[in-house]
Amino acid sequence: MDPAAVLNRLQFAFTIIYHYIFPQITMGLTLLIFLLKTMALLTGDETANRAVRFWMKILGVTFLMGVVTGIPMEFQFGTNWSRFSALAGGVIGQTLAMEGMFAFFLESAFLYLLLYGEKRLGKFGHWVVSLLVFAGAWLSGYFIVCTNAWMQHPVAYRILPDHRIVLTSLSGLLNNPWAMVQYAHVAIGTVITGSFLMACLSSFYLLRDQHVDVARRCLALSVVVGFIASCLAAMPTGDLTAKQVYKYQPAAFAAMEGHFYTQDSAGLVVMGQPNMQTMTLDNPITIPHALSFLTHQRWNAQVIGLTAFPPEQRPDFVPPLYYAYHIMVGLGTIFIAIMGLSVLFLLLGKLRRQRWLLWALLLAVPLPFIANTAGWTTAELGRQPWIIYQIMRTSDGYSQNVSTGNIWFTLLGFMGLYLFLSFVYFFLLVRIISAGPEPAPQSTALPVEMR
Amino acid sequence: METLWFCLFWEILATFVVLSGTDIGVGMLHFLVGRTDGQRSQIIRSIHEVWKPNQVWLVVIGGIMFVAFPALLAESLSGFYLAIMLVLWLLIGRGLGIELRDRIDDPMWARFWDVAFSLSSVLLAVCLGAALGNFVRGVPLDETGRVFFEAFWTNFRLGSDTGILDWFTVLVGITAVIALTHHGALWLSHFTDGPVQERSARLADRSWLMLVIALGVCVLLTTVFQPQLRANLVAHPWGVILLLGAGAALAWCRSLRRRGRTLKAYIASGLSLYAILNCTAFALYPYVLPARIPEHGLTAFKAAAPRESLQLALCWWIPAALLVACYFAYVYCKMPSKFLLDVAE
Repeated sequence: MDPAAVLNRLQFAFTIIYHYIFPQITMGLTLLIFLLKTMALLTGDETANRAVRFWMKILGVTFLMGVVTGIPMEFQFGTNWSRFSALAGGVIGQTLAMEGMFAFFLESAFLYLLLYGEKRLGKFGHWVVSLLVFAGAWLSGYFIVCTNAWMQHPVAYRILPDHRIVLTSLSGLLNNPWAMVQYAHVAIGTVITGSFLMACLSSFYLLRDQHVDVARRCLALSVVVGFIASCLAAMPTGDLTAKQVYKYQPAAFAAMEGHFYTQDSAGLVVMGQPNMQTMTLDNPITIPHALSFLTHQRWNAQVIGLTAFPPEQRPDFVPPLYYAYHIMVGLGTIFIAIMGLSVLFLLLGKLRRQRWLLWALLLAVPLPFIANTAGWTTAELGRQPWIIYQIMRTSDGYSQNVSTGNIWFTLLGFMGLYLFLSFVYFFLLVRIISAGPEPAPQSTALPVEMR
Repeated sequence: METLWFCLFWEILATFVVLSGTDIGVGMLHFLVGRTDGQRSQIIRSIHEVWKPNQVWLVVIGGIMFVAFPALLAESLSGFYLAIMLVLWLLIGRGLGIELRDRIDDPMWARFWDVAFSLSSVLLAVCLGAALGNFVRGVPLDETGRVFFEAFWTNFRLGSDTGILDWFTVLVGITAVIALTHHGALWLSHFTDGPVQERSARLADRSWLMLVIALGVCVLLTTVFQPQLRANLVAHPWGVILLLGAGAALAWCRSLRRRGRTLKAYIASGLSLYAILNCTAFALYPYVLPARIPEHGLTAFKAAAPRESLQLALCWWIPAALLVACYFAYVYCKMPSKFLLDVAE
């Protein structure tokens, strides 16, 4: 395999995986903050407002990290993937530019007001701003997913004699059916992250008997939202996504399911290690007939296997693809279980006393990040060896004029810089968490804000 | 259509330079005019609200290049690979500096981010100036008009094997530092009070003359190095108006400053930056990426996306731009008219 292509992919993968830690928090949290803000507006509940002020501190730091690590993403299309950009720019440039104009301005213009403008704007104004920031973050996500969806499933395009790609319809690009399904799944994933993060910190405070009023309010909200989102992630969005991959990218589907040979009544692999030498699965645990049923709704239907495709049409890293997919699905199941139990005890009014469950919620916080990353890894490795599915190969897309020495330099540079960012981010988070939400006002007037 | 997008691209670039240039200029002045912790906090507060929307224009520049001139994006970003990466890293340092400095009330913490903020601002100004210098001077494209790669520096001479930095681009970089210092000083002299305001007003006065001299030298050298400028001037003599406009804006800025009309002086300085960048665009047209050997340059027509893509992009771009103008009007109107020095000082 072309080492330069692998190195370019590695840099993009590293920077995007690191970047995506932050947007999934901000997308999830902006929804939860908007819900808390709505509760506060409707009921005049001051506890919800105090919770909002606490979560906005975390949102602010996270948003900042997302912004500073996000700008390199857009520019890497040009720096590292110039041949791809030159041919496809007329299409994917549209959604990327739209993201800047429609969504990013909205977010960045109103985030400051959300974070620091509560006094200046008044109750209703602040609620509107929280809605605008939420809309900006989610719109931003749609444009980015739309860009990716076009690479997964190109629509509304025409190829000119000089190989450049023309967009034929804007609405076709924005209504790409692939993008709808993918976005629903991705957005639900971010809500899971946001809910687990909120549940984690609320459990932390409850286990320590600190900030109990705010923590209870947040825990209740986060487990309810988290449970709904975890269910939606599996059905219908996860199911639809898998069916879509089976329909349009059958080789990717076979690789991620670990399904090597075309057969009737195919079983669903739960566990096992793909062996690429023998093209079999070691130590398999399978559910008989289940794969046929999930793809065709018939127990005996035929499912195409990986070996049905010539080697140059198969994804180039099958085992990581297979594991990424199975990790995502496995964790998704765990999410439904944890959040389902929490909601059950919440309805019984006993959630606070289940210390083991609070511990589980506290410790589960890395899992949604892993699941989201694994999900994206599945999508991106599954698309290989294509950068634009069935149109352009990844090895034809990178910048040939940039030597591998220079890419090593910037890859190591990004790693060092992002390691430093991680320290800063965790340091700030720990400070915010140890300070906790502001205490309930003790009938005295609120402290007068400086400036 | 290609010409329209050429103009739009340069206007957006100019908007970014005028708005974000303020923040960069303020960053460069950070230690010069902010001598105490409180004063530096005041400086940061004055741009805290607007730097993020200002910087989004950079994202828009990337997006517009992508949509309208994909070949330009591909050639220039990969050709200037190291410089672009450096700029991206500097932007990270600067953004964190602005946002994190006042988050923790601790002298060491503030000190660290002060240095990060102002150092990355200076380097950014040099980089942006040098980038402009590269566009004016032309880059080493081969006869196919494709694929070049510039190291940071080679021998600092203007031969055929240039680096990103040679004596000409370094000169433009220094000019950019002066121009943005002047611009940033005007901002501070309007939006702050106390010692910060006094010092920046003095600096704005002093840097004005340097700016005029540096700009004059750059314009002269450009007429020597960029034959397209002469050709365009002969074909369209009205281009002189742009240059005169820049001069007039600068002179107006000076006289407003003298009369203490700080906000208008700041706006005039912004107008002069607009005019200068428009001159550059005029000088380079139709090239979006001129080459060392002029015939090899990449023109707007060669670099542009297919016409249909350009038309579709225009359909959504106009309403989007109007929307953005509204956000900006809202944010700038909501902004306090003065950022006062903390009472504790």
